[in-house]
Amino acid sequence: MELNELYQDIILDHYKHPHNFGEGDSSFTNVELENPVCGDHIKLMVYLNDENIVKEVKFTGSGCAISMASASIMTDELKGKPLSEVQQIIEDVLGSMRGEKAAETLDEHGDLAALKGVMKFPVRVKCATLAWHAVKDAIAKSKRNT
Amino acid sequence: MSDNVLEKEISVSDVILEVKRIRNDFPILSERFSSETGTVKSLVYFDNAATTQKPRAVLDALQNYYQHQNANVHRAIHKLGERATFAYENSRKKVAQFINSRSTREIVFTRGTTEAINLVAHSWGRKFIKPGDEILLSEMEHHSNLIPWQLLAKDRGALLRFIPFSKSNGTLQMANLNHFITEKTRLISVTHMSNVFGTINPVRGLIQKAHERGIPVLLDAAQAVPHLPTDVQELDCDFLAFSGHKMCGPTGIGVLYAKEKFLEDMDPYQGGGEMISSVWLDKATWNELPHKFEAGTPNIAGAIGLGAAVDYLSDIGMEKITLYEQKLTTYALSRMQEITEMKIFGLAPFRGGVISFYMGKIHPHDMAQYLDSEGIAVRAGHHCAQPVMRKLGILATTRASFYFYNTYEEIDFFIEIVKKAREFFGYGTQ
Repeated sequence: MELNELYQDIILDHYKHPHNFGEGDSSFTNVELENPVCGDHIKLMVYLNDENIVKEVKFTGSGCAISMASASIMTDELKGKPLSEVQQIIEDVLGSMRGEKAAETLDEHGDLAALKGVMKFPVRVKCATLAWHAVKDAIAKSKRNT
Repeated sequence: MSDNVLEKEISVSDVILEVKRIRNDFPILSERFSSETGTVKSLVYFDNAATTQKPRAVLDALQNYYQHQNANVHRAIHKLGERATFAYENSRKKVAQFINSRSTREIVFTRGTTEAINLVAHSWGRKFIKPGDEILLSEMEHHSNLIPWQLLAKDRGALLRFIPFSKSNGTLQMANLNHFITEKTRLISVTHMSNVFGTINPVRGLIQKAHERGIPVLLDAAQAVPHLPTDVQELDCDFLAFSGHKMCGPTGIGVLYAKEKFLEDMDPYQGGGEMISSVWLDKATWNELPHKFEAGTPNIAGAIGLGAAVDYLSDIGMEKITLYEQKLTTYALSRMQEITEMKIFGLAPFRGGVISFYMGKIHPHDMAQYLDSEGIAVRAGHHCAQPVMRKLGILATTRASFYFYNTYEEIDFFIEIVKKAREFFGYGTQ
């Protein structure tokens, strides 16, 4: 297991310069999640419009390079996509992290492929999936509210 | 610090403690990790506050027990039963001597520190703590010396109070102790040595003050007994809890020391075999001390392993261990302070070899992962002390913790890799 597989340049770039980092306005649905083991904390905000398009995804929080980079990559990947596609991507990521889907599933989703390295470090999988569980919850909550 | 001074320190310490030879006693310390690209890393084990490695003497004692002594204790008439019972009770004797208790009646084997504290909270606390009573803890307790008292306080309608610690150096603020010890204080339970800061707390003064008011004191000595010579008669603590696995012994075995009068007054902890004297269908009488608190078949192998660990530590000498670790820790702290953006939590004047730190904004899990890639094992997280982290305003720290088998060379290597990690995560070279 090589450290560079885990901390690929894409991961380190997103960690040092996260995308879509910041608070959303009142039109967003918010979910906060914590990983009690390491204290990572994320606030995930989504704006799902009337046409069921995930128009905006933003986040704030603090955590390790893996959790923050995963969140940043996720916001890029999900923003602007229709709900059904977003849900498919979420299932692909969570499924492959759980080892239920082939790691190659992530190759179809741009920078997400960089998360494949995490699978070789089982204790870090929870770091990578924190944002994904949060966005899943936020979407479910948003749908309930509409 | 000049290199010459350093070399002198190393040679002096090596004479005090033959670390090179000692390391050969621990098979796991020669463990190597090879990666897919063929690089090989040696183990540098700096997670000793979590658990320590085991010398061959302890491994052999476990093997020998299962191969030549295995039987249940205190019951069998046959030869193996005699051997097992002798070895188990002999370990109790060794432990009693190791902490200088008056008698083996004061030594209760438990699963570990956690169970020992829970035992007191349950058996002493439920009997003697009344609604409105206060239990005084400190803010720097491990969850195992906090949650049992929270449960007890909730059950009995009692109140928990806390001696605060100073954020600047991780010491207890003892100046206002009189403010925290009140007429309602019924027990004081504090850590002898912090598993986050390494602070060695001034427990002697605390115990004296408590006793002046007739308040018993429990010491969580999970980090202290493995590293400091411990004399329960000199300390005069009423209860003392520690774990075998943090002092070269096996997991799943620990000790509750308690003064006999407390154990006599307490009700049993669990019911079952071994802890009874006579049993009828509707009532029972209790076995004598300490067996009254050891229901069921105990961890016989674990206790025998702990006995071997105690022998091993005594052969080296606890004073020597303390002295060597103090020097090693002082050296590590001075080297760590060379690094810009290095924040160390816990700079008490009296401290053991536990160093919690934060390097710039590098998350402890990333730091620990980077160190691990070079074979260095450290801990990252809240160290079972979430209230401590909260007060410090952080979520976690990286923690390096030493034992007598660690070396100056390992610390130099650790410093080199921390500097590399610093660069890797975007802080420039140093």
